[in-house]
Amino acid sequence: MDYNLMREFADSWGLVAMALFFVAAIAFALRPGSRKLADEAARIPLEDE
Amino acid sequence: MCKSTLPNQMGLSFDMDQGGDNAAAELVSHVDRRPRIGIRGRGYLMKFGTEIVALSLFTFAALVAAGFGMDEPFRQHMWVLFFVLLGFVGILIRNTSFEAAAPIDPSAYMDGPIRYGAIATMFWGVVGMLVGVVIALQLAYPDLNIQPWFNFGRLRPLHTSGVVFAFGGNALLCTSLYVVQRTCRARLFGGDLAWFVFWGYQLFIVMAATGYLLGITESREYAEPEWYVDIWLTIVWVAYLILFLGTIFKRKEPHIYVANWFYLSFIVTIAMLHVINNLSMPASFLGSKSYSAFSGVQDALTQWWYGHNAVGFFLTAGFLGMMYYFVPKQANRPVYSYRLSIIHFWAIIFLYIWAGPHHLHYTALPDWAQTLGMVFSIMLWMPSWGGMINGLMTLSGAWDKLRTDPIIRMMVMAIAFYGMSTFEGPMMSIKAVNSLSHYTDWTIGHVHSGALGWVGMISFGAIYFMVPKLWNRERLYSLRLVTWHFWLATLGIVVYAAVMWVSGVMQGLMWREYDEQGFLVYSFAETVAAMHPYYVMRAIGGAMYLSGALIMAWNIAMTILGYQREEEPMPGSVPALQPAE
Repeated sequence: MDYNLMREFADSWGLVAMALFFVAAIAFALRPGSRKLADEAARIPLEDE
Repeated sequence: MCKSTLPNQMGLSFDMDQGGDNAAAELVSHVDRRPRIGIRGRGYLMKFGTEIVALSLFTFAALVAAGFGMDEPFRQHMWVLFFVLLGFVGILIRNTSFEAAAPIDPSAYMDGPIRYGAIATMFWGVVGMLVGVVIALQLAYPDLNIQPWFNFGRLRPLHTSGVVFAFGGNALLCTSLYVVQRTCRARLFGGDLAWFVFWGYQLFIVMAATGYLLGITESREYAEPEWYVDIWLTIVWVAYLILFLGTIFKRKEPHIYVANWFYLSFIVTIAMLHVINNLSMPASFLGSKSYSAFSGVQDALTQWWYGHNAVGFFLTAGFLGMMYYFVPKQANRPVYSYRLSIIHFWAIIFLYIWAGPHHLHYTALPDWAQTLGMVFSIMLWMPSWGGMINGLMTLSGAWDKLRTDPIIRMMVMAIAFYGMSTFEGPMMSIKAVNSLSHYTDWTIGHVHSGALGWVGMISFGAIYFMVPKLWNRERLYSLRLVTWHFWLATLGIVVYAAVMWVSGVMQGLMWREYDEQGFLVYSFAETVAAMHPYYVMRAIGGAMYLSGALIMAWNIAMTILGYQREEEPMPGSVPALQPAE
């Protein structure tokens, strides 16, 4: 596996995979119905002690 | 508590963890007893037994290395290691005992290493900042260079490693262990693993620091320790990862709170950066010199991929974990938008890692790579400011606390500096701006607005929050002293950063000034002479920041010792100040 092969993979499929993962992560965070769960999660530090 | 021993057929002894005088307790104790090998065969465990044996072997190995080392600095360094380990073994032997260990409550949090970590943070913070003031004075007054151990070239990495890895690293280590237990509602994983991580990290710091003074260096900025110290840090860091991940795995809270994501990304990324940037071949198994696996421009890019992500993941992601726990705790309000914090997280992860090439503008690095670094740096504006807004808006509806709570004030100032330095950084990564700012004091000013303003202030806030809780004190020794610290630190940063901007822009302009015939107007020495007044002012700004840290050290020490200063309450606050619950 030489440099050019890695480079070609990185700026094609690698780039697509990372971009899709990123978009999916954002979409998952903003999915409908996540607000309530997020508000509960935000209270985790405050419910201790 | 009664301790008893029972012989068994295998010649081993039993050690009772629990017991009582009455029959019922005796019965329970029999259920609970576990067979253990006693060092003396009398059933009582030797405290630190394994540690003493292992460390003695390690000490002996250091002595052997000191004798057979290939070069003088390596031999000296191994003598340092030998005496440090010998002293540590001595302390363990003095503190050993053969009594049964107190039973451990598996549901209680393990706070011992965190207490030590808080003290270590304070100690290394003062040391690192003091060295910073010393080298600032050395730049202003070169006569202060004491050859060979205390010249600028050796003290400078001592300062950067001292504040970044010793002060910042200990702050991250102890707060991460504090936060992960309290947001997972689980005791730290792995028994004494946390103690290994704590002391192992202190040993790394001592070896790195003494190595610099002896002139041992890889000459890679922020990664100066030589190969054998790097290997030790790798071992400690993997143990840290296991400790942190193990605690997350045994959590009782189903959701992993966002602060832990930031801490985990910091631990994982630093492991990756450290290993790859330090791939090198030692010239000798018993020598202090190694050669990088990369050469030329690849080596430079690897180094700055490491260097900038040390900023991105050590000095940003880790401390953002701190922000997402301690700001809500101190303000007693949940984070403004939890979903924004998740977007903040993923955007930081995906963008920061590509920003490194902006350290190599106008070098032999291919042009496309420079542009890539610049573009990703500019894109970082969005998550950085999203995170800053998230932190600041956590206080919405509680802004009055700024008036009454100097710890909140410190945290808000930290977030404000986070916003300012993450605005300035991308701006400086634009090639046109960089052509003026690169290699000048402007960069130093930018780094310090981030380091003193963001990293320092958020760490101070976290330590002020944690220490009364860790030692079960009702409150800090003095809130007035926190106010003093706040103003000394803030004004110190303002002096430092403003002076470095002026000095840096002047320096950059003088370097590029040429006359109508195309000759450069100024020699390099002339630009250095012109910066002298700014160097003096910079030392003053640094000394102000250091004096604030000294006040904090006093305040923290008195809090730990259990004193409370009698003083007027903060204006507008209730008479007895309530720590945030």
